[in-house]
Amino acid sequence: MSIQVILAQALLGLNVGVFYAMLSLGLAVIFGLLNIINFAHGAMYMLGAFIALIGYSFLEQWFGVSVQIGFWASLVLVPLLVGLLGVLIERILLRRLYDLDHIYGLLLTFGITLILQGLFSNYFNVSGTPYPGQPESLSGVVNLGFMYFPTYRLFAIVLSLVVCFATWFFIEHTKLGSRLRAGVENPNLTQAFGLNVPLMITLTFAFGAGLAGLAGVLAAPIYSVSPLMGADLIIVVFAVVVIGGMGSIMGAILSGLALGLIEGLTKVFYPPAASTVIFFLMVLVLLFRPAGLFGKEK
Amino acid sequence: MTNRILFILMLIAGLTAPFFAYPVFVMDLLCFALFACAFNLLLGYAGLLSFGHAAFFGGAAYITGYVTKEWGFSPLLGILAGTGFTLILGGVFGFLAIRRQGIYFAMVTLALAQIIYFLALQLPFTGGENGLQGIPRGELFGFIDLNNSLTMYYFVFAIFLIGFGIIHRTIHSPFGEVLQAIRENEARALSLGYDVDHFKLLAFVISATVAGLAGATKAIIFQFAALTNAHWQTSGEVILMTLVGGLGTVFGPVIGAITVGALSHELSAFGSWVQVILGTIFVVCVMVFRRGIVGEIQRLVNRKQN
Repeated sequence: MSIQVILAQALLGLNVGVFYAMLSLGLAVIFGLLNIINFAHGAMYMLGAFIALIGYSFLEQWFGVSVQIGFWASLVLVPLLVGLLGVLIERILLRRLYDLDHIYGLLLTFGITLILQGLFSNYFNVSGTPYPGQPESLSGVVNLGFMYFPTYRLFAIVLSLVVCFATWFFIEHTKLGSRLRAGVENPNLTQAFGLNVPLMITLTFAFGAGLAGLAGVLAAPIYSVSPLMGADLIIVVFAVVVIGGMGSIMGAILSGLALGLIEGLTKVFYPPAASTVIFFLMVLVLLFRPAGLFGKEK
Repeated sequence: MTNRILFILMLIAGLTAPFFAYPVFVMDLLCFALFACAFNLLLGYAGLLSFGHAAFFGGAAYITGYVTKEWGFSPLLGILAGTGFTLILGGVFGFLAIRRQGIYFAMVTLALAQIIYFLALQLPFTGGENGLQGIPRGELFGFIDLNNSLTMYYFVFAIFLIGFGIIHRTIHSPFGEVLQAIRENEARALSLGYDVDHFKLLAFVISATVAGLAGATKAIIFQFAALTNAHWQTSGEVILMTLVGGLGTVFGPVIGAITVGALSHELSAFGSWVQVILGTIFVVCVMVFRRGIVGEIQRLVNRKQN
């Protein structure tokens, strides 16, 4: 097997890995402050892709307005819209469940997943609709020296990495981030110091949701947009989160990237196992390091 | 006392149901009811949320289907084989899953179940997306023909009663009391000297086995092991059934399975809207109806008695 093939698959794997990283980062950030796992995270990723698709292809057909929202506009608008949905979910529903067992938050967001997935299944084919809005400037391939790689995918990798590391920097190295960490450490004490913890919680949930939405927009030109795209992905991301442990932001990012890479390489060496390799790795981690690779059990 | 009355009511309803309703539909409900009872043992009594019970329900169906179709096992032996498979699988999954707590437990079970789903999709004997078809119903004890739907019905009802009895017995044993102690306060149960992991694992295995029994029976009824039964959505459905009927109540899962099953059946003409409606019920249950149907009734009865 040529080194080119392996490198190509590794890069494609990294491409999947940045999506894992962005989603598990969002899950970890939300889990840190709210102590819940957002099952609807996958649905929000799907929602992001669909809003971009509808904005580009269906506005005139459905609403009679002859506006087309391009890729670049979507890249900004969609995370804001999905984040707004996150605000509504947190304020109206999740907020009332904080005093209960945390599994109720998981069950609630599972219900929201079913609603979103069912809604889009009514109007769109399960096998997927292509997103035609990939900008002209990102089409074609780039010569990386050892291989040619699609420009758009390279762009998606770089942008996702920038967003992930910016988030890490913000949380770990800015004043606002230190307040957030204080809220994670001890919400009551933080509130006693005059910080608005409920607002922080809302914004954190919205931020995580927006991150999922952004991942959805980035994924739209690569994969066809389907009502099931989020559900398939989120279960893998759960395994990523179990492997990495949700104790650290950097841990979530790195384990996402690494597992995407491993999945990509599995496609080269033993294709049938590509869809399950992450789950088997999770089993190994559970056996030998139950708290996760970067884990601090909460 | 109320439980005894309810049990007699259930017995009468179960014995007469095929004369009022389409037997195959009632058999389907019974399988889901048993599945939900098994699930309830774990969530309702041990406080463990498994998001992967479809692996047992669906997985057992494939094993039962395979051994009756390819190896010519009798239906009873086939069901035992499927159930035995989930006994072992439950042991393995349980051993791995109880290493993490709370929300992680749910994620681990979900991810493990996904392995079974992909195996059911990819292994050569499973029929891929079409599922394993053409499973024979065969003859019970070698002379009772199960192709007669009324005979089949009473066979299924007997299995349901056995499974229900196992769950009921487990809940009301000292073992069940310890499970509830673990649910209420794991650290305290541990400090009282109970081997918490041991109890959790055993509860998981019992729950998985009975869920497998339900799935194996379903394969014989429909002569078909469906891929959807191993899908995570089925894991979600059984959670919904238990939640609607009443978490941690003996009859709640049965009522919930009948309610949700009948609802999905009635709404099946609406296509994907069913999913939207089920999702909405999920949200409503979690927000304002956490006790479920049976739980609410019990609360009203208790209030009257006081």
